[in-house]
Amino acid sequence: MKMKKMNTQVSSKTGSHQTTNELVIVLEQGRADKYYWSDLWRYRELFLILAWRDLSVRYKQTVIGVLWAIIRPLLTMVVFTIIFSGVANLPSDGETPYALLVFSAMLPWTLFSSSLSDASNSLIQNENLISKVYFPRLIVPTATIVTALADFLISLVILFGLMVYYRFVPGWQMLLLPAFILIALLASLGPSLYITTLNVKYRDFRYVIPFLVQFGLYISPVGFSSSVIPEQWRLLYSLNPVVGVIDGFRWCILGGESVIYWPGFLLSIGIVLAFLWLGVSQFRKMEKSFADLI
Amino acid sequence: MPDTVIKAENLGKSYIIGHQEEIGGGYLALREVLVHNIKNFWHKTKDIIQGNPIIQGSTREDFWALKDVSFEIQRGEAVGIIGRNGAGKSTLLKILSRITEPSAGRVTIKGRVASLLEVGTGFHPELTGRENIYLNGSILGMTRIEIKRNFDEIVSFSGVEKFLDTPVKRYSSGMYVRLAFAVAAHLEPEILVIDEVLAVGDAEFQKKCLGKMGEVASEGRTVLVVSHNMGAILNLCQNTILLNQGKLIKAGNTEEVVRYYLASNNKKDEVSAWNEPEKAPGNKIFRLHAVRINSDGAYKTDVAIDKDIQIEVEYWILQPGTISHTSIHLLDKLGTVVLASTNFPSASIKPDQWFDKPHPVGLFKTSCTIPANFLNEGIYSIHVILLSNKGADEVFVKDVTSFTVYETGEMRKEYTGVWIGVVRPKLAWKTELLNSSKEPGKIERN
Repeated sequence: MKMKKMNTQVSSKTGSHQTTNELVIVLEQGRADKYYWSDLWRYRELFLILAWRDLSVRYKQTVIGVLWAIIRPLLTMVVFTIIFSGVANLPSDGETPYALLVFSAMLPWTLFSSSLSDASNSLIQNENLISKVYFPRLIVPTATIVTALADFLISLVILFGLMVYYRFVPGWQMLLLPAFILIALLASLGPSLYITTLNVKYRDFRYVIPFLVQFGLYISPVGFSSSVIPEQWRLLYSLNPVVGVIDGFRWCILGGESVIYWPGFLLSIGIVLAFLWLGVSQFRKMEKSFADLI
Repeated sequence: MPDTVIKAENLGKSYIIGHQEEIGGGYLALREVLVHNIKNFWHKTKDIIQGNPIIQGSTREDFWALKDVSFEIQRGEAVGIIGRNGAGKSTLLKILSRITEPSAGRVTIKGRVASLLEVGTGFHPELTGRENIYLNGSILGMTRIEIKRNFDEIVSFSGVEKFLDTPVKRYSSGMYVRLAFAVAAHLEPEILVIDEVLAVGDAEFQKKCLGKMGEVASEGRTVLVVSHNMGAILNLCQNTILLNQGKLIKAGNTEEVVRYYLASNNKKDEVSAWNEPEKAPGNKIFRLHAVRINSDGAYKTDVAIDKDIQIEVEYWILQPGTISHTSIHLLDKLGTVVLASTNFPSASIKPDQWFDKPHPVGLFKTSCTIPANFLNEGIYSIHVILLSNKGADEVFVKDVTSFTVYETGEMRKEYTGVWIGVVRPKLAWKTELLNSSKEPGKIERN
């Protein structure tokens, strides 16, 4: 369904002229939508309120509430440190304490994976909205990502705690962290838009995601540094967009201790953007039929 | 100059519906799709080998929920959309509110549309009443400033002040619906699209809702209402669109369209009649033959307010010796029972000669007369109840026919405004002078 804005001149019989900025919407099958993005902007309040809803509902009727956002990554970090450093004896980046190495990857990984799984299920979870009210559907998956972002920010506090504990001083690179957070979000947005679209039609994908996330945890350099990957395989390894994201995070947080592998990083970014384009275009193509299929 | 805000041209919406072996239920699993495709492929291959034409229609079919619907709605109009279940009313609303895309034709809409396809869309059970007002308001298209401005009004309209900070999952269903409606009632779009929201809450609340809807319509906003409640439609809408099986059957003046619809429900224009006893409503003792309205010497569906209205019920008695009674319920347009009457001697002006007598097998006619100048103007419908064996066997036929009482001006020589009331009888009035006084401004008390 498409819309079109135009200025309509309304003149009354008395001869006084009044110009109203009235919205004219033309609904027709497959009509090109010129004002999609501005419409999306018009609905920004709904975006905020849906994000706020997801956030405030998240830890309702739990005893420890927001502590869950701290406990989960913290425990995973402890287990990973024991297994990969203690048992497998993998090297850290430079002088970095292994726990910090793991946690600096846990952060983007948790951000990526939870926004991926939340956003992928978002459309079918908001089925009642989609079949009853109009709004740009893109709001739904993007708003869920805010929840993951909030959890991420809480975990960031743990990171600073760890840094104080290990007396680790980050370098100037730390200032670039927001850019990498954005990349992590975009990396998850692309595939999740694609998957959530498919999920509307084939509910199979609801079961694919947990598997994907679990699998991804092991093929991504979360528990180990990507420098343990042999040089000739690194470019191939960077086809996994999360590799670039994690390397970027480590570079930011651990400063000079973690060296970024630029060709791989750029490849990862390219893949992130390709997925994003694919996800958005697929989403927009299917968007109009969501209400019929869901 | 007419100011068209909604213009639908040859609007259509088709869905692909599947039959039995087709994957269905809207919940597709990839496996099912694959299996289905393999099956489909196999069937097609078999068909080609055997030289049969490939029949696509055996498993899939294009179903037109809406077809070739064209209409125009002017600014400030309140328009009703009526029709039986599956007539395409909801599909039409979904297209107009941009939830789904039309498959054919187009609509041009001027102004912002807010749709209310159910009350409480997006209510979250875990959130408090206060939070849900903001959530629901935003979902329905209100800005935060608008919600803030109307907040107190919403709360007092809903009457849940005390529970504003309680999660709505603890609300009674009545409170929930009231809060949800209160938010919706404060929407301020140029065009409001409403589906069956009136069907919620208790009678008191429904009345409040109807009032609010009327207010919205009178404020010059364009309102589209889908409802099965003819009373609500008659009260709210000047014009009505009648849909049947996806097609527009009739559009125009609400009274006319509603009348047409009610009449078409009974399949006959003037009378409700069944010519074959086997197909008529009834049981082994009796079958209904016809219910007619006789006024001023002719069968009709429009009766003048100042003429007697005779309701004639014709029925076959199939078992000899049956002792039967006939009752009618008369309902107004809101579905309120105006009166119930039966041919018991104590309930009739003159005893019915067949009362309590065994009836032979045959066709009977029992009639009752509603006096002239008794009912108010409006649409009335009739339930007919045939009873035998002291009520052990009964045939209850709802909404068997309807008629309209129209104004003739007989009682409107002095007052021409709206005459409220379900009935409008002429009553005995008199005024007496009890005590007179010669001094202006001073009255002696006894």
